[in-house]
Amino acid sequence: MTKLLQTLMDGVSVGSLYALIALGYTMVYGILKFINFAHSDIFMLGAWVSFTLATLMGWTSDAPWIAGPAVICGSMLICGTIGFVIERLAYRPLRAAPRINVLITAIGVSLFLENVGQLEYVFGTRPQRMPSLLPDTVLASVAGVSIRLVDVLVIGIAFSLMGALEYLVFSTKLGRAMRAVSHDLKTASLMGIDVDRVISITFIIGSSLAAAAGFLTAAKYPSINQPAHSNWILFGLKAFVAAVVGGIGNVRGAMAGGLMIGLVEMFGAAFFSPNLRDVYVFTLLIVVLLIKPDGLLGRATVEKV
Amino acid sequence: MSSRLLRLAAPLFTLAMALGCSGGGSDAPAASDTILIGEYGSLTGKEATFGQSTDNGLKLALDEINAAGGLNGKKLEVRVYDDQGKTQEAGTAVTRLIQDDKVVAVIGEVASSLSIAGGRVAQQYGVPMISPSSTNAAVTKIGDMVSRVCFIDGFQGYVMAKFAHDDLHATKIAVLYDQASAYSKGLQDDFGREFTSMGGTVFPAQAYTGGDADYSAQLTSIRETAPDAIYVPGYYTDVGNIALQARKLGLTVPLLGGDGWDSEQLGKIAGDAIEGSYYSNHYSFQDTRPEVTTFVETYKQRYNAVPDGLAALGYDSMRVLFDAMKRAPSLSGKDLAAAIAATNGFPGVTGIITMDANRDASKPAVIVQMKGNQPTFVTTVYPKGQEPAAAAPVDPAAAPVDGAAPAAAPADPAAAPATPPPATPAAKP
Repeated sequence: MTKLLQTLMDGVSVGSLYALIALGYTMVYGILKFINFAHSDIFMLGAWVSFTLATLMGWTSDAPWIAGPAVICGSMLICGTIGFVIERLAYRPLRAAPRINVLITAIGVSLFLENVGQLEYVFGTRPQRMPSLLPDTVLASVAGVSIRLVDVLVIGIAFSLMGALEYLVFSTKLGRAMRAVSHDLKTASLMGIDVDRVISITFIIGSSLAAAAGFLTAAKYPSINQPAHSNWILFGLKAFVAAVVGGIGNVRGAMAGGLMIGLVEMFGAAFFSPNLRDVYVFTLLIVVLLIKPDGLLGRATVEKV
Repeated sequence: MSSRLLRLAAPLFTLAMALGCSGGGSDAPAASDTILIGEYGSLTGKEATFGQSTDNGLKLALDEINAAGGLNGKKLEVRVYDDQGKTQEAGTAVTRLIQDDKVVAVIGEVASSLSIAGGRVAQQYGVPMISPSSTNAAVTKIGDMVSRVCFIDGFQGYVMAKFAHDDLHATKIAVLYDQASAYSKGLQDDFGREFTSMGGTVFPAQAYTGGDADYSAQLTSIRETAPDAIYVPGYYTDVGNIALQARKLGLTVPLLGGDGWDSEQLGKIAGDAIEGSYYSNHYSFQDTRPEVTTFVETYKQRYNAVPDGLAALGYDSMRVLFDAMKRAPSLSGKDLAAAIAATNGFPGVTGIITMDANRDASKPAVIVQMKGNQPTFVTTVYPKGQEPAAAAPVDPAAAPVDGAAPAAAPADPAAAPATPPPATPAAKP
């Protein structure tokens, strides 16, 4: 019972991180129909920018309570800007080009970010310790499971951000514009929607959510790997799987997919074998694609010929 | 670049000589006044700190050698290629060094899997290669061109098993290793075999994949077995998170590790969580032997950092190579490889280096403990049958050592005091 609850707790907290990253993949796909492979590098930047901000401010130990909120906001702002710049410089000029060109450009952007991050005067090649900005106290012990404040905060912040996005997409004018562009870019522009602006905002939102996930990951696992480490890509890849499992292009699907991937991974690791944790995730992907190729919440679309 | 220009210029020059001058004697290519040595390493990529430390140590030795006049008046030059920690790049780098740059010898790599890839190429072309710090046994089995200046995993596993058994009096040990790393897997096999043969219990090993962030499932299983210590033969990049999560789960027993832990980042990342844990290493910067103190001092002056074990091995690999170049009758691959293999009693920073029959350096290891975020010297563990009294050269028939460095006492007395008397029943390679 203890193990069950502990695993549930771990699964939900890791799953909410996957969900935050998956949202960026799914929003970009929904609107531009291309997979932004540089997204996992924005997630990496989120963690490293948080580390850099905290170090610059001298919040390495005994940080004031303001440090956590300030750093997460700063990191989201900076990474949002980077996301905007990437779209403006790398993807927009290729909007009319074949899809494959944009895809290769995305891989190029990804390699560029990783290698610039390794420069000595950027982040360097050493792994670093993220200062504890979120209080790490044990809130309560329920049935032998110690509930840590940092886990509660990770889940809480992730869910509030997802709630905010849900509100934005489904209850505001901007959200309606986003959905319209996603539905049919050309018609939307004919209806007077500023498509470029909507796409820019999509990139800014997706990148800030990835940055928030980067900050929360660094808070939960304080040893942050160097920028080109394969674990950033793997983490991003699992988030991408979450987006596909939930139904790529579907915001609610990405959230559900993220949680599902997190739970499958943690329960598999705890009750079967931790050696195969990545296998569970990709097996789930295969099973879902076989049964419901459009993902759990995806809509089957009929190709008109 | 300059030597590439030289190589271009050389045939033109000889041509001009042949045409214009009155056949001035020898038709040997214009003798270049430098000797080119190749280096390949992970200067970027996830193991970048390993490659950079090695490179720092190597360059320090290179400059000292050149400052002292080089080899018979010829300066040594190192051409370095980055393999980004990727196996295929390592092979390409060595091929380029040998084919394009015509190096006389190659130094590299840190990670065993990369040394194996590069070593195969070096063996194929008959160019000697020295690995500074690859500890997996398979590296030097490639052939007679490949040697190393560090000990091998079989010994390192034995060292930690012996220390855990004799000094920590541990009887039950849990193991957590990186299933994606040949180094980690080899070390956990060797440690398990040695510790069991000493009468201890090793619980079934738990595995992770390098770069994982979450170890709660493995550590929870380990907690249920209530071990006396946990052996984590991985790299420091993962050990930080492992230590932090183990302490959160209430596991307070010391962690034990190998030379993959050796980085100044370990203490910074893991902080209090790693306090009191032990690992085996190639040398300790607190050693008081003169070779070590001079090296640490000059390294600090130049790089403003305390040299780790990889820097010390990079330094030693260059000096062992230079020592062999001085002894070799010629710089052909065959002669040079034979001279390297004949290295006997070379006073390196990482101990007295003697090549055994497999071209593996046979030398002692140190155990260090993390105290106040610093690795602190605890004890020296000698290879079986080479404990202090017998630390003199095993093979007296081997070639004599060139006395470049100040003569050091063969038994390095400063590092020896805490070593327990030898009492080992098990057979060892």
